[in-house]
Amino acid sequence: MTSVVESPVRRRSWGETAGRWAKIASRELSTVAITIFGLLLITFFIARVIPIDPVLAVVGDNARPETYEAARIELGLDKPLWQQFAVYVGKVFTGDLGRSVLTSNTVVDDIKRVFPATLELATLGTLIGCLLGIPLGVVAAVYQGRWPDQVARVIGLFGYSIPVFWLGLMGLLLFYAKLGWVGGPGRAGVAFQDLITPITGILVIDAAIEGDWEAFRDAWSHLILPSAVLGILSVAYISRMTRSFMITELQQQYVIAARVKGLSEFRVVWRHAMHNAFVPLVTVIAVSYMHLLEGSVLTETIFAWPGLGRYLTHSLLNADMNAVLGGTLVIGAVFIAVNLLSDILGRLVDPRTR
Amino acid sequence: MRQVAKLMMASAFTALLATTAHTTGALAQTPKDTVVMAKQIDDIISLDPAEAFEFSGVEVVTNLYDKLMGVDLAKNNELVPELAQSWTVSPDNLTYTFKLRPGVKFHSGNPLTAADVVYSFQRAVTLNKSPGFILAQFGFTKDNVTDKVKATDDGTVVITVSKPFAPTFFLNCLTSGVASIVDTKLVKANEKDGDWGNGWLKQNSAGSGAYKVRAYRPNEQYALDANEAWYKGAPKNKRIVVRHVAEPASQRLLLEKGDIDIARNLSKDQLAAVKTNKDVDIVQGDKGYILYLGLNTKNPNFAKPEVREALKYLVDYASIERNIVEGTYKAHQSFLPKGFLGAIDDKPYTFNPAKAKELLAKAGLPNGFSVTMDVRSVSPITDIAQAIQANWAQAGIKLELLPGDGKQTLTKYRARTHDIYIGQWGPDYLDPHTNAETFAINENNGEDAKSKTLAWRNAWDIPEMTKTTQANVLETDAAKRAAVYGTLQREHQKVSPFVIMFQQVEVSADRKNVKGWAIGPSSDTNFYAPISKN
Repeated sequence: MTSVVESPVRRRSWGETAGRWAKIASRELSTVAITIFGLLLITFFIARVIPIDPVLAVVGDNARPETYEAARIELGLDKPLWQQFAVYVGKVFTGDLGRSVLTSNTVVDDIKRVFPATLELATLGTLIGCLLGIPLGVVAAVYQGRWPDQVARVIGLFGYSIPVFWLGLMGLLLFYAKLGWVGGPGRAGVAFQDLITPITGILVIDAAIEGDWEAFRDAWSHLILPSAVLGILSVAYISRMTRSFMITELQQQYVIAARVKGLSEFRVVWRHAMHNAFVPLVTVIAVSYMHLLEGSVLTETIFAWPGLGRYLTHSLLNADMNAVLGGTLVIGAVFIAVNLLSDILGRLVDPRTR
Repeated sequence: MRQVAKLMMASAFTALLATTAHTTGALAQTPKDTVVMAKQIDDIISLDPAEAFEFSGVEVVTNLYDKLMGVDLAKNNELVPELAQSWTVSPDNLTYTFKLRPGVKFHSGNPLTAADVVYSFQRAVTLNKSPGFILAQFGFTKDNVTDKVKATDDGTVVITVSKPFAPTFFLNCLTSGVASIVDTKLVKANEKDGDWGNGWLKQNSAGSGAYKVRAYRPNEQYALDANEAWYKGAPKNKRIVVRHVAEPASQRLLLEKGDIDIARNLSKDQLAAVKTNKDVDIVQGDKGYILYLGLNTKNPNFAKPEVREALKYLVDYASIERNIVEGTYKAHQSFLPKGFLGAIDDKPYTFNPAKAKELLAKAGLPNGFSVTMDVRSVSPITDIAQAIQANWAQAGIKLELLPGDGKQTLTKYRARTHDIYIGQWGPDYLDPHTNAETFAINENNGEDAKSKTLAWRNAWDIPEMTKTTQANVLETDAAKRAAVYGTLQREHQKVSPFVIMFQQVEVSADRKNVKGWAIGPSSDTNFYAPISKN
């Protein structure tokens, strides 16, 4: 017993710590590089084997053979597949994702436009998910098997099983059409469209920067409902996971020890158990956030939200391959970035991994 | 799953409909002089008149640019001069002389002259994008176009065509978007790497028409500003904003709430629902789009004329129209849509399984056969295909439906590897030749064919009919020309591998205070200028 207490963790020097982090960083970076290359390879070849003729996206159904052939050559589809891939990879490394056929913008410009819209939704959705989901999960764990737990279970079940398009439409009917509390589909009302110059691309923030509070209110009223719809999904997932982590922690000996010491139940739950449950929870929140960042196609469609999910689906259905590849790459990169972030966060929260 | 989803959706609406009905008054308001529309605009590839060829793109172009010729919707699409004040045709039908309307100015303030007409034609022919053939079919190439289209003075253009085509054919083609007149100076100022300003015009405008582009964000919205100095008089509104709203249910909510003035893509169910709203009007217009089945005659069963005719007796047209497409399609069985020169309204086929079985027996298939159909997974195509599946079962034909997305089924169709394709055909310009050409011309049925018409896609080898159809495009007498199309369609109805079923009716719903909105027979004729609000 005493020996455990008397062997303190050896303090590492600053140099050692920095070296360790550098090693971790280089390992993570090489993983990232391999992952991105794999992502490029797979998306590129999937895009080429699907039975859709990408030339049709350029020329439409009724093009004459000459027009069709000219477009095919312009797209580089007359070259062998490996050569097309090499050209593509070369361009990606110089930051050129090509031009979208459907929008006639560069894919980079398109993504700069659609990604902030999705980011805005996903971030607020995740925030709602955390603020409601974590307390709900903790309460459910503390009152395991009693009525608060049942309520949490019903909410979780609701969030998991209700189709998002239904929830979205119902939300619109109730809060927009009937009560008039929120704005309708779209990012801004017609009167506010194009008033705010994009700085971050996130409308509420840009409006706040410009100090245009009318536009801010309008943007907010359009944002809150779709975010809440996504938030409910997030609440379901986060609350269930929080509950199970907390149940595990509450059975640990240190909790019993803390209780024996006479700490208040609040302190035991929120300070001691929660602190430990938070380590795996960071990963859960990151996964949920990533999921929302990919863009929720259905939510974006119902709310006429010009986000990444809708952009990507639309491009895919129209064989606009540059846009599909670019979009997939961005999602992949975001996935990796959030993963990395949650890793780092996990290390910061959890002293054992330092 | 789909059924469950539908049920949930229906229950949601019925539950809340009663409670919403009385509160959907004029709570929200669109700006006074701005007309706001919700529409699916994600088919737009370009706003360049030399390139736009999609329904939504063409609709924008027609509101931005003027053309030499136009059609009068009130007089059954009769040809009328627009930028041309008058025209004459030489006796040999080869040379057209157009006198331009004086004093017309582009949005930039530059005067519109004969040189702009020459430049616009040269540009469209040289770029030769998707709609380029509409002009190129008159013998213009990038090398000869400046000889064939000439400005003799500032106000006169002389155009020479390669064959003595029917004047109605040439003039009808001049009403399509690709023949729009662009502002030479402005386009040249925005040219990049010899692209004829195509990159810039994809998202901007350089016209003289009713509107100019204020802002366009693909898949999101476009806003057009009225041209107060338009030669036909200032539009009845100051601005048009068209927002992309993909979901018909969302369009309906926006409309009932008054956040938009016009909803363009309501489905049958949504329309039925808004009809009961006293603040909403319904506007209808016959469109040129035809819904048909293409039977690939490479399939030995479809090589037999009896089988093809049997299938025409095996579609329950009336029931599909009533139960699936009511209000958005109507029965139509010939290749020229109503409203075109020479269109006929004969509907010789009704659902008659007994007659079909008789024909199948004659073809040596008394017990039917198995076959596949490529079906684009969108409403109402899927529902129609399922209805046909049930119809055909009555004569022992086992139809397997192969679902796919639009581009996927189309890729297969273009490669002639389908059995049956169910799809739509929209006319490319307002002349009967556009449909006659694709449904009734197949110059070379081989894989190396240059012209791959719908007849070719279904491997239908028709040397005689091809000749008749090609000759008719040179018929000077409009009445005779119409009569030949009549005969052609009747024969086509009987023998062709096309089961033509419906013609589209476009329906749009608008707020009661919207006046002057009308749907034309093609996207080229959906004009925004007459729309006003009070």
